[in-house]
Amino acid sequence: MTPPGPEIEAEYIHRILAGEKHLFHELIRPCERSIYFLLFSLLKNETEAEDVAQETVIKVYQNLDKFRGDSQFRTWVLSIARNEALGRLRKIGNRREDSLDAEIDEQSGDYSPAILTSWREIPAEALEQKELGALLRNAISGLPEIYRNVVLLRDIEEMDIRETAAVLGISEASVKVRLHRARALLQRSLAPQLKGFVPKRKGWLGGRK
Amino acid sequence: MRIDCKHVWEHISAYIENDVDAELRAEIDRHLETCEICSAVLDSTRNVVILVADDRVFELPAGFSQRLHARIDRELDQQGGPNLRV
Repeated sequence: MTPPGPEIEAEYIHRILAGEKHLFHELIRPCERSIYFLLFSLLKNETEAEDVAQETVIKVYQNLDKFRGDSQFRTWVLSIARNEALGRLRKIGNRREDSLDAEIDEQSGDYSPAILTSWREIPAEALEQKELGALLRNAISGLPEIYRNVVLLRDIEEMDIRETAAVLGISEASVKVRLHRARALLQRSLAPQLKGFVPKRKGWLGGRK
Repeated sequence: MRIDCKHVWEHISAYIENDVDAELRAEIDRHLETCEICSAVLDSTRNVVILVADDRVFELPAGFSQRLHARIDRELDQQGGPNLRV
């Protein structure tokens, strides 16, 4: 969902702080999906992601007066979500720190694509088949976390490079490197399997003879 | 000078993002005209990027939004909340 313009957000925030508390529902609604999927990418668990999503939203409400408008509202919200997730991971003893990310980022690996000699486009309509969605989800889940997070924000939630960098606390250059590698890994794992989902011409064109 | 396939692969993501300068874009385009492998790699990568963006791939758990807003309502009903700015 595209967030409303900053003017509308600023007006909502002003009115909420002036006492129209119920408007908080409308303010946060466009961010819900991104909050949940960022948390799911970080925590890899539906129940934990939902639990931390609720904590995040309450924290956003309680700290609304601290939002200064020097970033997009959604960026600020997702930074809070990320911090909450890192706090949760520390609490349950999983010490995945950003320094580890940095080390992996420096490593060179093989990001060459799957070699194909032709490609017939798979239209979005093919997603009516449950297997295709499952294939895509599995491929993304299988990415190393630093790549998964970037794909999630940039390609799934369709944020721009700058916002993705701000939410993850990394440079725009790092976002670009990770995005490139993530897409290469996805192409390599998915392209050979996706070929089976090319619609047959007759069926795809609505059974024309 | 013609660029090779590996060079094209390095820039595929930026090419899709429209984040390559005009000179490089022209070189890649020239390469793609005659290289069916790179064309297929580019098309398949772009296709994957478009498919994963579809909302049907990642759906929120059933009832997620209702539970979230019920939780917000409980918070709003409490005293306090953000410092009121008058």
